[in-house]
Amino acid sequence: MNAFAGSQHLIEIIYLIASALFILSLKWMSSPATARHGIWAGELGMLLAIAGTLLHHGIVDWTWIAVGLVLGSGIGIPLGMVHMTAVPQRTALSHAFGALCVTLVGTAEFYLRTPNVPKFMMSVLSMEVILGGLTFTGSLMAAGKLQEILPQRPITYKGQNLVNFLLLAVAIASAVYLVLHPEAKQFFPLIVGISLIFGILLIIPIGGADMPTVISLLNGYAGLSAAAMGFVLQNKLLIIAGALDGSSGLILSVIMSKAMNRSFTNVLFGAFGQVQAAAAGGAEAKPVHSATPEEAAAILSAANKVVIVPGYGMAVAQAQHKVRELYDILSKKGVEVRFAIHPVAGRMPGHMNVLLAEADIPYDRLIEMDEINGDFPQTDVALVIGANDVTNPAARTDHSSPIFGMPILDVDKAHTVMVIKRSMSPGFAGIDNPLYYLPNTLMLFGDAKQFVGAIVRELSGGH
Amino acid sequence: MSSTLIDSLFIFMLACFIGFEVIRHVSPLLHTPLMSLTNALDAIAVIGAIVMVGERKSEFSTVLGVIAIVAATSNVVGGFFITDRMLKMFKTSRPVKK
Repeated sequence: MNAFAGSQHLIEIIYLIASALFILSLKWMSSPATARHGIWAGELGMLLAIAGTLLHHGIVDWTWIAVGLVLGSGIGIPLGMVHMTAVPQRTALSHAFGALCVTLVGTAEFYLRTPNVPKFMMSVLSMEVILGGLTFTGSLMAAGKLQEILPQRPITYKGQNLVNFLLLAVAIASAVYLVLHPEAKQFFPLIVGISLIFGILLIIPIGGADMPTVISLLNGYAGLSAAAMGFVLQNKLLIIAGALDGSSGLILSVIMSKAMNRSFTNVLFGAFGQVQAAAAGGAEAKPVHSATPEEAAAILSAANKVVIVPGYGMAVAQAQHKVRELYDILSKKGVEVRFAIHPVAGRMPGHMNVLLAEADIPYDRLIEMDEINGDFPQTDVALVIGANDVTNPAARTDHSSPIFGMPILDVDKAHTVMVIKRSMSPGFAGIDNPLYYLPNTLMLFGDAKQFVGAIVRELSGGH
Repeated sequence: MSSTLIDSLFIFMLACFIGFEVIRHVSPLLHTPLMSLTNALDAIAVIGAIVMVGERKSEFSTVLGVIAIVAATSNVVGGFFITDRMLKMFKTSRPVKK
């Protein structure tokens, strides 16, 4: 007995240290200079926690634990080696794996304990499998859309929100019934099943531009489900790690929803992805000015201050390395080049920063929206590469625009705006961008990678 | 409700506040690595699965537990690995202070 109690105390102490390491790990993420210490703290905490858990007195068989750990590591290594452009779908996939673990443990736990499940336990257990289940299928759907296995276009139908709400209501009602009548275990598979279906339905109406918010939200749900699991198992380390992950995901979703001018409740209840049908109006042939790579190169080399605005189009065209060449050659000519990063540019929070860092662009050149917006009037050239809605001045001026009120990068205030774009087709939301018709805007039609490459060739051969 | 449950609620509440405070100070530059790191940390759920598999209370719980260990471990390994790769790429143009 004493040996048991002793090992239990030791495990608790180890968990305490691991909790502290986890918090430090996130704290060190506050700046790129200390961030790698954060990983080491996290790894050490994780290692300690797993090693400590193996001391658990109830463990009688290590074979299958070892099998699981080895198999998981085998899957984890290739998942850690994916290309940087695949990071959004990898992240979504890992949310799915995390949620799968939580849901499976919750399910097994229920069948081990039923019918003697106290009310509070049953409530958190239901919360665990509902959040876990919907995060599992929802994240798989998100990963499928990001990997373009599934159609990326949002699919909507009449009464969609009503159907979703009714389903969720049935799941919650079943959970409440189960809390009051723990012996009615036939309700448990119903709760799990509905949560799985709900996760799929939740992501069906989501389009690419909503992905940063949705991935953050799923991150938050995954964290909260893990915290619920901590309550079920009465494991404080799990509660803490889940709470940290949950708050991180929720903060990121709030930041993303603010950057898209949506209320947090709007995001929380998954009412995103509404397709603006009204916006397509009138394909009027307004005149635009276009320019060749030679002209663009001449304008850029005459500039003193250039701000490059990257968007998802840059990621799709894999243009980041060409952009780095452009950055190098302009910097060498004495041009000040900076990058303006909109919070929702790309498919997940911070997506553009990672791609540009991968291309070796120093991170102190990557400037956040609020910081750089005041500088556009003094900017000679704003070069927009594959970004659209986040530069749309209608968000500031046009009350009827579906994106009215969304904070944007004020590129239209620069002396010259150059937009690299494949064609005049509207962006994701189907909203026309008045920026393209301004007298100081030049359209550079073509593939981002090829066009930037042509500008670079022109600049390097031209002197 | 037992006192352990109340204790757990207190811990949860405090951890949420710490989480909000700490995450608020994370530079937007690092939001992508932040997400992959929290994902790896969240996979601490593996310890629940380990105990469940080790106890071998039923065939059913063991099977589900092993799948859970595989899923969570892949997040631990892959999550830390990719976060490290990402953070290595972030370089500054200013000379690094020693």
